Amino acid sequence: MTTGTNSSRKMAGTAALLALAAVLPLAITEPSQQNFLILILMGAQMGVAWNIVGGYAGQVSLGHAVFYGIGAYSSTMLLTTLGLTPWIGALAGGLLAAVFALAMGWPCFRLKGHYFAMATIAVAEIMQILVTNSDALEGAVGLYLPMDRSGWGSLIFLSKLPYYYVILGLLVLTVLVSWAIERSHIGYYFRAIKDEPEAARALGVSLTRYKLIALSVSAFLTAMGGSFYAQKEMFIDPGSVFATTISIKIALIAILGGVGRLMGPVLGAVILITIEEYSRTLFGSTGSGTDMIIYAAMIILVAVFSPSGVLGLLGDLHRHWGRHLPGAKPDEVKTSTKEARP
Amino acid sequence: MNTAPLLAVDGLGKAFDGLIANRDISFVVHHGEIIGLIGPNGAGKTTLFNCLAGFHTPTTGRIAFEGHDITGSTPEAAAALGIARTFQIVRVFQSMTARENVMVGAMLRNKRVAEARDRAEEELAFVGLSHRADTPASDLTVSEQKRLEVARALATEPKLILLDEVMAGLNPTEVREASALVHRIHQRGIASIIVEHVMEGIMPIAHRMLVLDYGAKIADGTPAEIAGNPAVIAAYLGE
Amino acid sequence: MTADILIQVLVSGLLIGLIYALVAVGLTLIFGVMDIVNFAHGEFLMLGMYASFWAFALFAIDPIVALPLTALLLFAVGVIVYQTVIRRILKAPMLSQIFATFGLMILLRGLAQFFWKPDHRLIPHSLVSGNIALGPVQFGLPQFVAALGAVGVTGALWMFLHRTRLGTALEATAIDREAATLMGIDGQKMFALAWGIGAACAGLAGGLIATFFPIFPEVGSNFILIAFVVVVLGGFGSVTGAFLAGIIVGLIEVLGGFLIGPEYKTAIVLSLLLVVLLVRPRGLLGKA
Repeated sequence: MTTGTNSSRKMAGTAALLALAAVLPLAITEPSQQNFLILILMGAQMGVAWNIVGGYAGQVSLGHAVFYGIGAYSSTMLLTTLGLTPWIGALAGGLLAAVFALAMGWPCFRLKGHYFAMATIAVAEIMQILVTNSDALEGAVGLYLPMDRSGWGSLIFLSKLPYYYVILGLLVLTVLVSWAIERSHIGYYFRAIKDEPEAARALGVSLTRYKLIALSVSAFLTAMGGSFYAQKEMFIDPGSVFATTISIKIALIAILGGVGRLMGPVLGAVILITIEEYSRTLFGSTGSGTDMIIYAAMIILVAVFSPSGVLGLLGDLHRHWGRHLPGAKPDEVKTSTKEARP
Repeated sequence: MNTAPLLAVDGLGKAFDGLIANRDISFVVHHGEIIGLIGPNGAGKTTLFNCLAGFHTPTTGRIAFEGHDITGSTPEAAAALGIARTFQIVRVFQSMTARENVMVGAMLRNKRVAEARDRAEEELAFVGLSHRADTPASDLTVSEQKRLEVARALATEPKLILLDEVMAGLNPTEVREASALVHRIHQRGIASIIVEHVMEGIMPIAHRMLVLDYGAKIADGTPAEIAGNPAVIAAYLGE
Repeated sequence: MTADILIQVLVSGLLIGLIYALVAVGLTLIFGVMDIVNFAHGEFLMLGMYASFWAFALFAIDPIVALPLTALLLFAVGVIVYQTVIRRILKAPMLSQIFATFGLMILLRGLAQFFWKPDHRLIPHSLVSGNIALGPVQFGLPQFVAALGAVGVTGALWMFLHRTRLGTALEATAIDREAATLMGIDGQKMFALAWGIGAACAGLAGGLIATFFPIFPEVGSNFILIAFVVVVLGGFGSVTGAFLAGIIVGLIEVLGGFLIGPEYKTAIVLSLLLVVLLVRPRGLLGKA
């Protein structure tokens, strides 16, 4: 429902943000700070990918790490066993994750809400256990990426800067996919499925087909993020890519920032990663407890007061203040008929 | 003028774990007809609707639409074939505007967003909601939401529309407007089956009335015929 | 596999299964009464364990003796959680409800980690230490007592729900909230009661296993998934179902671990969850 000026303002804002992101690492050159920015971009990318199925289509997955891990392990295994460049390896990992998503979604999408969320947790945990006990994948010991090559072909760099631009590119790609979906009929169908699935069916929408589209696209993009993680860290093990804590983090980023809004997860990543990294340095050994407390409190507040996340809160505040500026139009008489569903 | 029936229901029955909601119901609907479906509470009207719209699979009997057997089809398939419906408790898409709601309906026939938008504008105008096109659906009045559901259903280009108590809770002026809307739908050549309790809304415009009681059809005729039908009167008085 | 080993495996499964039943009983009660899945349920267990630990460490009170205190404490926690958070999301979209209890889970873990550090703690000697040997079967006394306690508490809960006025009111609210309200039952009080009892059950389970299980902030995660499986298998809302399902899950976990490999225990139980969800989502005794 954006008017002409609204959407062109949004586009200008996003373009400015992109320009800023592009030049930021040239100004901030300290490696650990650049790493911090990379972590934010990684978090944002995971969150935007999750948002496609969790935010837009309303299918809450609390097991998205399974796709992240499939991506990380696929590209790494292809690299170590076949010497395949991670650029292709990441695509392969994405495809594998998408196929996995179709296989798991097909039976699981019959489940409603809570049940579906539980099923996703179970799938991710089972996968982690299987990989941990798999000799072929080096089990709990993990996989090291070969350090003998560097450069754009093998996606291994000595400085942080190229990594920054690769993840920025992946984030932009993820946002573009999300944006394209949002404004296509698929995006409308997603929102319809989220709001009133039965009514959507009565309008000819196949719930299963569109949920599968949402999950497989989300899985593909999440897996690409996993491949990037592997390339950046040069080491992966089940605990670092398949763990439930990763799934929680991915969902959190989107929830905090704003579920169902395009740039919500970007904001969520900025907030979450900042809290995570700085509480670690500020609070020392008890740091991990403190950051949990802070962002847990945030999720609860968001869940209770503003289900559309911080972005939604900001939007509400913006509208609220906008009314008190001179020249603002008075409110229309609201005849709201919101009823609690029995 | 097509004389073969649009919809032919033959011996339809629906039971839920032993509770018989519909038993041996048979009737036909012709193109463009307005059929009123009435009966006391619990008579099985909504169950019948759900069977026609694909939300329930009948336990017995057959449903034929345009000559094809559609018994037990899914709601999505029914919509694609040309059967649209509204819901007794409105189910508009709360996170969307009125226009966007109708666009979802239009997208059944045309996935292009711009063209769906144009179709949506047409149907919004048809039900008289153009001025509310940009309003979030959650901010509309109940009467507006009901009209929105109708517009949304019409956007799927149905041949038959099932209206579930569109007139409930409306004041007399709104009831008249709703009747007029149903008549306009008929003028487009779309048949409608309307579940209603508001007799003054449905009697003046229906071509035929079906009366259900305890899951069975007890009368099938013009409004004048069923008004004087003793079985019908008994069903309502005995309630 | 000899008969002796089989019996040993089955007994172990039964004992742990009864604990699972106790944890799940509280979870299913909450869902039965108000359709909310409490992702933070494992944390109530964790708090029960810590309550036992601190009673022991600070006041030398044996965990078994501390059980009534633990129950009361966790009952209060459950009611407080309901009043502060849950009450506000009763009518919220399901997404918000999931996020709220989810956030609660992380909050409680974070608080535990902040106050008590991530170290694993143990209660070295309690009243119930040592092993019992019954013929070919050996099991720990703490495990046995914990299982007995689980049976006792579940039985007491069942009696409460079906033989007392207050309990029947709670069941009535679970079956049909509107009808219960029409009959004068205060829905809000019932919800708070459900949360209190649910938390107390989990806390009691924690207190019972504190005699032999390590205590640490994340311990809830070991049990929450299993509790979900039990609740789904037993049927959301059914205390009897949770009891039976707990035993079944315990048996399957130990048996599966024995036959396929202990590292796959959890995977086997989770696969059971998926199977139940896909084949018969309402479980053994759940409402449809």
